[in-house]
Amino acid sequence: MIKAKPKPLEEIIDHVKDFNKLLIAGCDGCVTVCEAGGLKEAKILAAALRLYFTQGGKQAQVDDTSLTRQCEKEYLAQLSDRIDNYDAVVSLACGCGIQYLAEMYDKKIVLPGVDTCFLGVNEERGLYSERCQACGRCILAETGGICPIARCSKRMLNGPCGGSAGGKCEVSKDIPCGWELIYNRLKTLGQLDRFERPCEPKDWTTSRDGGPRTIIREDLRI
Amino acid sequence: MSMETPSKLQKMISAGHFAVTSEVGPPRSADGVVIEQKANLIKDYVDAINVTDNQTSVCRLCSLAACIRIKQMGLEPVLQMVTRDRNRIAIQSDILGAASFGINNILCLTGDHQHFGDHASCANVFDLDSTQLAMTVRMMRDEGKLLGGYEFEVRPQMYIGAAANPFAAPNVALRVSRLAKKVAAGVQFVQTQCIYNMETFKTFMKMAVDRGLHEKVAILAGITPMKNVGMAKYMQKRVPGIDVPDEIVKRMGGVPKEKQPEEGINLAVEQIEELKEVEGIRGFHIMAIEWEAKVPEIVQRIGLYPRPQLAG
Repeated sequence: MIKAKPKPLEEIIDHVKDFNKLLIAGCDGCVTVCEAGGLKEAKILAAALRLYFTQGGKQAQVDDTSLTRQCEKEYLAQLSDRIDNYDAVVSLACGCGIQYLAEMYDKKIVLPGVDTCFLGVNEERGLYSERCQACGRCILAETGGICPIARCSKRMLNGPCGGSAGGKCEVSKDIPCGWELIYNRLKTLGQLDRFERPCEPKDWTTSRDGGPRTIIREDLRI
Repeated sequence: MSMETPSKLQKMISAGHFAVTSEVGPPRSADGVVIEQKANLIKDYVDAINVTDNQTSVCRLCSLAACIRIKQMGLEPVLQMVTRDRNRIAIQSDILGAASFGINNILCLTGDHQHFGDHASCANVFDLDSTQLAMTVRMMRDEGKLLGGYEFEVRPQMYIGAAANPFAAPNVALRVSRLAKKVAAGVQFVQTQCIYNMETFKTFMKMAVDRGLHEKVAILAGITPMKNVGMAKYMQKRVPGIDVPDEIVKRMGGVPKEKQPEEGINLAVEQIEELKEVEGIRGFHIMAIEWEAKVPEIVQRIGLYPRPQLAG
């Protein structure tokens, strides 16, 4: 899922301090799972902003809500009858949701309330880690089910580099060396021959290097 | 080690001599004269001079320009090239440019991550990795082709090198496999990470020799003389991928401060003497970091001076 983290309150205040009517819009999708931007976080942020305005002696209205998913128009439409009541909306959805909200209500100021970070997993509550960079051409069949593009700091396709040591990345001892993981997994699977086969330069056109991406599934389109 | 190139380094190795290489780190300014000064210190004692490419991700005068300068001094440069800062267009362009000046050696590296350096907030590239860089050079040289498929006549005549680090404990077997992979990618010589842990290195070499890798790739042992106990400690604790055993730190710290540089040179000389006896070692890469002036003494003391003169 998409992983995000709440923006610092000070940064949000800096963006909203001049408004009088604000809507904090959470999203029930990915950001709810990582506890960055669901209804609970929308209510907490709204309460914090109300407190900020009250302490500053300012009468401001801060409401909260959460949409099923901000990356779909049907759910964004739920705001259509009331969005005009607000000067601005702080969206707690991922970067996709924030943009889609702004796209649908193009005269409304829409501000980000989270920093969208990566595609990752929930290792445990409060600990999320990256697993995929959405390169658009999955090679996990070749690499023991562990992605070197997401797990190696240098996205090497023929790792590990000479800087890894003791199974840790040269960037930080807190980062496992992705290629050490791949090597060990291939060994477990009896596929070490794959490790010694040089991997050709990757075609990055399906990654961000090809420009903004679209999937067109004719089989699904009506 | 198949493809013959005009590389003097390759000829030295093919002739069966222990090769000696060293390196010059370019300055953090436009002062190209520094390159000449450093190269002049070592030129009679080495067969080829590596020029580092923004090592430790610190921005410096570029390796290619420094290599051209060294070539124009009549010396033999080894163009170090990292894939961190250039995509495949820039990489191939630089290789063609280097070859146009008669540069015949390249060391294919991925490069340190930029977080170590003076521009930690930059974007990295890593379009290719070191192994893919070697494959690319091989394709350009042997097939006269760019990665994009374009075919050309005048090919770069590069002796293809790479790095090898046997010290990423505990998995020495992985490092041997990685060497095998680089060999499969077209690597003809490797310069190893600085060797301090002789036991691990010998294990690595035995595994490489058992697989016959030493017949396919010339392995040059990496040596970095310690200047003092502070450097030993720093390398032990801070430098990724370097394994400095406690005995070495103790030995460096066991002599008075003013004697420590001499002890560091003694240690390097002893290491080389020991490595000469290790099967599969074809030469030495002496990385005297900001201490180039000591390279002549080391080469003399290990009995590899004067350098053999090759016919032609």
